Amino acid sequence: MLPVFTARGITKVYHMGEVDVHALRGIDLELHESEFLVLLGPSGSGKSTLLNILGGLDVPTSGTVTYRGQNLTTADERALTMYRRRHVGFVFQFYNLIPSLTARENVALVTDIVDTPMAPEEALRLVNLTDRLDHFPSQLSGGEQQRVAIARAVAKRPDVLLCDEPTGALDIATGVLVLEAIAQVNRELGTTTAVITHNAAVAGMADRVVSLSDGHIVSERRNEHKVMASELSW
Amino acid sequence: MVIRPLDRKLLRDVWHLKGQALAISLVIGAGVAMFITYLSTFASLRLTQTMYYERYRFADVFTGMTRAPLFVKDRVAAIPGVARADTRVVVDVTLDVPKLSEPASARLIGIDIPHAPMLNDLFLRRGRFPAVGRADEVLVSEAFAISRSLGPGDRLGAIINGRRRELEIVGVALSPEYIYSIRPGELVPDDSRFCIIWMQGRSLAAAFNMEGGFNNLSLTLLPGASSADVIARLDRMLSIYGGLGSIPRSLQTSHFYLDSELKQLQNVGFILPVVFLAVAAFLLNVVLTRIVAVQREQIAALKALGYTNVELVWHYTKLSLLIGAAGAAIGTVFGSLLGSGMIQLYNAFFRFPVLQYHLPAAVVAGGVIVSFVAAILGAVNAVYRVAALPPAEAMRPEPPARYRHSWLERAGLARLLSAPVRMILRNVGRHPVRAATSVIGIATAITLLVLGTFFIDAIAVLMDLQFFSIERQHVTVSLVLPASARAIHEMGRLPGVLYAEPVRAVPVRLRSAHRSRITSLQGLVAQPELRRVVDVRSGPIRLPPQGLVLSDALAEVLGAGPGDPITIEVLDGRRPVRDVRVAAIVEEYMGTSAYMEIDALRHLLGEGDTISGAFLTVDPSAAGSLYRRLKRTPMVAGVNLKQTAIESFQKTLADTFYIMIFFNLLFSGIIAGGVVYNAARVSLSERSRELASLRVLGFTRGEISFILLGELAVVVVMAIPIGLVVGYISAGVLLNALSNELYRFPLVITVRTYAYATAAVLVAAALSGLAVRRRLDHLDLVAVLKTRE
Repeated sequence: MLPVFTARGITKVYHMGEVDVHALRGIDLELHESEFLVLLGPSGSGKSTLLNILGGLDVPTSGTVTYRGQNLTTADERALTMYRRRHVGFVFQFYNLIPSLTARENVALVTDIVDTPMAPEEALRLVNLTDRLDHFPSQLSGGEQQRVAIARAVAKRPDVLLCDEPTGALDIATGVLVLEAIAQVNRELGTTTAVITHNAAVAGMADRVVSLSDGHIVSERRNEHKVMASELSW
Repeated sequence: MVIRPLDRKLLRDVWHLKGQALAISLVIGAGVAMFITYLSTFASLRLTQTMYYERYRFADVFTGMTRAPLFVKDRVAAIPGVARADTRVVVDVTLDVPKLSEPASARLIGIDIPHAPMLNDLFLRRGRFPAVGRADEVLVSEAFAISRSLGPGDRLGAIINGRRRELEIVGVALSPEYIYSIRPGELVPDDSRFCIIWMQGRSLAAAFNMEGGFNNLSLTLLPGASSADVIARLDRMLSIYGGLGSIPRSLQTSHFYLDSELKQLQNVGFILPVVFLAVAAFLLNVVLTRIVAVQREQIAALKALGYTNVELVWHYTKLSLLIGAAGAAIGTVFGSLLGSGMIQLYNAFFRFPVLQYHLPAAVVAGGVIVSFVAAILGAVNAVYRVAALPPAEAMRPEPPARYRHSWLERAGLARLLSAPVRMILRNVGRHPVRAATSVIGIATAITLLVLGTFFIDAIAVLMDLQFFSIERQHVTVSLVLPASARAIHEMGRLPGVLYAEPVRAVPVRLRSAHRSRITSLQGLVAQPELRRVVDVRSGPIRLPPQGLVLSDALAEVLGAGPGDPITIEVLDGRRPVRDVRVAAIVEEYMGTSAYMEIDALRHLLGEGDTISGAFLTVDPSAAGSLYRRLKRTPMVAGVNLKQTAIESFQKTLADTFYIMIFFNLLFSGIIAGGVVYNAARVSLSERSRELASLRVLGFTRGEISFILLGELAVVVVMAIPIGLVVGYISAGVLLNALSNELYRFPLVITVRTYAYATAAVLVAAALSGLAVRRRLDHLDLVAVLKTRE
């Protein structure tokens, strides 16, 4: 079967004033249908850059990325927007909820612009937040906010779910709840999922673990036995 | 109706911004209010004027003559292009009004009794037309009737051809010829001392030996006829009857005033709102750019979720349009209220049968469109940033703002400046464009304040010159017919008269090449004590023994300069025509005047020591008996009193100007407040984290207020001199635009005006500063430090 993503020789160079930062130095990677991938690495290893490129938020300096045969590296801004709109669900480290909208409205923000969304309430039930529908982000705990963000990401029934350090700002117990929600979406909806983390313990949940360091893939392994999020500890 | 989530965000963003949004809406509202006020007033007046002129047959050409026999009327009517000609007798007389010690003036106009449709027809407000066979029954003009509380049944005394006659008022009327009625030679209307009286034409003709003739003619033109051609033929035809020269409608006094008022309304209605909307667009730019900066991560998330640039640009444009719409709504409501108030004001100056306020849909639509244009212009820069924001980059927190040492520090003064002062200077320096636009906004408010109030100074100079340097007489007397020099001695002997100075004024047409103008040529003594010819720059001048002295406005009309020949066609007596050179041009603020030394004029007329009037100084204690004598003196056609002229001038100012100044202050205050408040709120939003950190470090509220408000103070202080200078320059431009043949205002601005403008802006700035300072006092230290960015 054709991979969902195929990345070949991706590099990314940022020009930060007078210095060039090489965030990615030649990455080859494939991501398969319904796969749960964890990208592991210390901060500055280039994993967020890779995720942004897969999600169509950024384009590589060189190399190619295809999504189900569609070349993302040559796509223009409009095509990338349409790609994100139709296929990608994002979850960010700092949730990036709209503070002026309630949980339900934040999810509706997405269901409003896609063709076959789930109801916002249904998406929020998936992350166990049925009792928090009309709360504003400022009235929710960090874990709850992140689960709203996950509901917002999955409500459009995306083909891929990309999560950038989803537990980075959370304590263990809350982080586990959030990871459970992500795993549940992957399991029940079959959504291809990539999670970025610098926390090696999270890797236990994945089908496959790719480790990055200094812009290179340094190792790749497949988990024979995935563990449940609730069994994780760090 | 389901509100889309992005629109909910929009509404909540606006609510969150309510203070700033309201401040901007008010600025837009002020601009739209002015647009609607002026243009709806213009439309109301224009509509009323057109309908009134049409229904009451306002004439196209007006002329007067010594006396013409009635058959001339048919010849005039036969001139190609003339639709209809009406003749009548018109005479100016002195009036004795009950409960008024000084003499008043009246213009008597003969009409057909029973009343038949005529040109310049009458609208009867009260009472009835005079009855057949009742020569003493008259109609009086409404302005006079109201100001003297007279009506049907009241009586007036008039000196008609040397005899005092009792007239009975039977009705109050209006005419399209006297929508604005001003006594010849005066600056502003004095409704209580100038009256139009309509009475039976036949008895008026009989009283002035005009039976079988007329001395006044008006006519209407056929569509497409040239008034210049008709006037040329008419004047040739009437010259043997002592024709005084015809004028087209455009130079008819009432029409001229009404039309220049309409032009001003239209000009002001377009220019002033532009200033306000430009300021509003600038404020929107500052506020929206800040919102976009604050919502950087939200925008990035929305883009990541698949929102398109078009959707996000439209989202932030809508925010701006919403504020614009609120401004348009505020402006439309206040504009229509002010407009109907302004129409009430005009009702006191312009007499129409009905002057109703009418707000055309096109004016409202125009107001809404201009506010939306301002809103869109204000949003352009911010939405460009929204579109250009790269989503991946925006996910990361903004890098720390780049600061530089301010030039004061680089100049080596760093050691002299405390840390807070350095912060103020660096922050102003970090946003030079924004600081500059704030300076421009506040300077605009100052400029508007100067523009709104400097007229008081200009008018004070004008009044001072007119009433104390040019006209030093107390009373001006004009005679029915020119009299011999003996009359001046008789006037000198009237009770209370201290000194009498002669004047010989004669109606003339002045020609220079193809240009001409009908005016009154004033013969004055070479070096007058009372009525002087004063150049606004060099002071009183001595009239040369030969030649004409023209006011600069008249010289411009004639296209003539010193030394140029002017043909004088005298329109009175033996009607001599002479070529005379322009001896001097004198710069005057008012009117189009021509002067000659009195003996030179008499020589030109081929007369001896004649006078047509006199200027008098009067002992105030004896004024009452002088007035009683003048009222009963048959040879007196008119009496003008300087004191009453000053009073009516001041009353007019109080009625109109101070109201305008009040609104100007209000609107300028809105601008100043809007600019300062928004600048302060934006700084507060950008720096609350920094200021809270300082509070945590132990700075007092006063100290952090100093840092935030000090920045505003710097901006305000920079704006003041700019605003004052631009105010002075704009005042000159405005005066140029407003000056016409009637008035040219001097560009004089007193320190007091500058001080008021500065003080008003400082007050608005201080109030805005205090409003922001209150927020600073309630800064939640913990919450502020938690927020990222």
